[in-house]
Amino acid sequence: MSSSARPIEDHGPRTSGARVERDGGAHADGVPAGDGHAGSLPRQPDAEDAFAGADAHSRRVRWVLGGFAGLLVVGSLTATATGAVDISPAQTVAVLLGVLGVSVPDTVLGVDLTVTGQQEAVLLAIRLPRVLLGMVVGAGLAVAGAVLQGLFRNALADPGLIGVSSGASLGAAVAIIVGLATALGPAGIALFAFGGGLATTLIVYRIATRRGRTSVTTMLLAGIAVNALCGAAVGSLVLFADDGQLRDLTFWTLGSLGGASWSTVGVTVIFVGLALAITPWLARSLDAMLLGEAEAAHLGIRTERVKAVCVSLAALAVAAATAAAGLVGFVGLVAPHIVRLSIGPGHRALLPGAALSGAALVVVADLFSRVILDPIEVPIGIVTALSGAPFFLWLLLRERPESFA
Amino acid sequence: MLTLDQVSVRIGRATLLDGLSLAVEPGRVLAIVGPNGAGKTTALRLLAGEMRPTEGAVHLDRSPLASLDTNALAQRRAVLPQKSALAFGFTALDVVLLGRTPHRSTHRDNRLAAARAMERAGVHHLASRRYPTLSGGEQQRVHLARTLAQLDGGDATAGADRYLLLDEPTSALDLAHQHTVLGVARQQAAAGVGVLTVLHDLNLAAQYADRIAVLAEGALVAIGSAEAVLTPAVIQQAFGISVLVMQNPCASCPLVVPMPGDGGDGVTDSVPVLDPPSEGEPPH
Repeated sequence: MSSSARPIEDHGPRTSGARVERDGGAHADGVPAGDGHAGSLPRQPDAEDAFAGADAHSRRVRWVLGGFAGLLVVGSLTATATGAVDISPAQTVAVLLGVLGVSVPDTVLGVDLTVTGQQEAVLLAIRLPRVLLGMVVGAGLAVAGAVLQGLFRNALADPGLIGVSSGASLGAAVAIIVGLATALGPAGIALFAFGGGLATTLIVYRIATRRGRTSVTTMLLAGIAVNALCGAAVGSLVLFADDGQLRDLTFWTLGSLGGASWSTVGVTVIFVGLALAITPWLARSLDAMLLGEAEAAHLGIRTERVKAVCVSLAALAVAAATAAAGLVGFVGLVAPHIVRLSIGPGHRALLPGAALSGAALVVVADLFSRVILDPIEVPIGIVTALSGAPFFLWLLLRERPESFA
Repeated sequence: MLTLDQVSVRIGRATLLDGLSLAVEPGRVLAIVGPNGAGKTTALRLLAGEMRPTEGAVHLDRSPLASLDTNALAQRRAVLPQKSALAFGFTALDVVLLGRTPHRSTHRDNRLAAARAMERAGVHHLASRRYPTLSGGEQQRVHLARTLAQLDGGDATAGADRYLLLDEPTSALDLAHQHTVLGVARQQAAAGVGVLTVLHDLNLAAQYADRIAVLAEGALVAIGSAEAVLTPAVIQQAFGISVLVMQNPCASCPLVVPMPGDGGDGVTDSVPVLDPPSEGEPPH
């Protein structure tokens, strides 16, 4: 870096400068001037000039977020227009506008916008709730993933790490196999899945918390153990299941938005919305947490509170999403990661970006699940795993091992 | 004034600190030196509020540190860790801007503070580089800039003393940058900041610190000016190694030259001291 002669020449003035100042004398401006780097730099660079890159970045953030929002809109309209009953995108828009109270003429520019009662019923009672549920589930899973990746300081963490998905599976298995589902219907499965997800996360969190301090590492390891226990419990229950129950459980674990109704959307949106509403407050805390917990605390972050809020938020969002749609894998892992790759790790943009991309991914995945083997509906979990797992492997192969630390 | 008052730290049967009292004074640089395991980092972590003492108390201006609002404290006290585990692709500028976390200033003010801090730490040219691609020394100086940005002004700190705690700030740095970083510490002291730095290099401590605290086995061996503290007797007692102390030919402070093997404890003499290293005890 410096020539061998340089430090020796500089040594005298530098150290005596320090001594002068130490004795209460002049300002030691000469000290950093001896720095090998600083010497080759302009002394007073224009801050705004040098920081133009940051402005370019905020433009990029707007473009990327806009792109995901666009993908979400296009995907949603396509999904709403696709299905057994033929409804064109234009008719879809017309019906949606009609719902919003906008009066639509029968034809616009020669395009027929009239809809039959059947078309409108299919649109409003089946397709629209399904697309909306896809958005809510995707946004919830992706935001939970982004938050937990920040908390665990690992860009490849999955929301399932805190036990919420396996707990939800156990809840669903209990509901289906013990027979409560027959008494309570699909709502019973959802209720048990939601409760199971929250209960397991609470257990994992309590194991990792001692004397008011939560160890993120312990939480990770406890999550692995609790996931294994839940898997074993589900396996044991399966021993007592009949064929119908087995089929129900299997399809539940593969995920589906087929059960979407306005009431499912309504309940799910409350929990996911709650989680999303907290995220702006979390962004700066999570940014600081990436430095490490001690460093975040030095920056004035109440780290224990942040950890508790993050885990609760993720558990609520994932449990609600899973209760509504079964297990939809890889969205919570992949969606935040795609956003991070395009706009960096700052959570102020990452969290809304993850919500948008997750929503778009699930809506598009659900669309695929309905059309690829039409008229057979492929479980959405298969679609997300088929597209997400190779992507995850690609990430593993392209990233340097150190960046996972 | 940021003070440790008769603090002891015990974990299980191990005593990390034993009745230590220290004061970090505004406008002055205090260096803590001592052998490995002497409790230097523990003392710094207590002053940072990162851990609490088993006995004794930590005070900031006579208020117990634990009673202060964490955010208000963060506007007055910055800590440079030995190592940071940051693995995410923030730019160096983003990392420095994290130092503005406790401040409620505008985005523009934050950026100007970050620019000033990066200029002082000599990392301005790295602003748009991704943090994980920087060398260890560059990363260390980016974090130094982060602490400087953290202590930069703001109405909340007006009038209140500020403190900068550096945990072995020179360990990852080459010779020139060791002096840059300690020069920055001195500039901060000149601006009224109370600086505490844990150092391994006795000669760097002698050149840059107003006072040196020598720790061994969790207790204070000596504290005072370099001339008063860096004596063969004190160093023998703390480090178990014989040294020559002479006048530094370039600065008005002592120069410590180790003499390994000469009565040292467990140090084998394999290298004849023909050309005494000017760096004193080599950094680990």
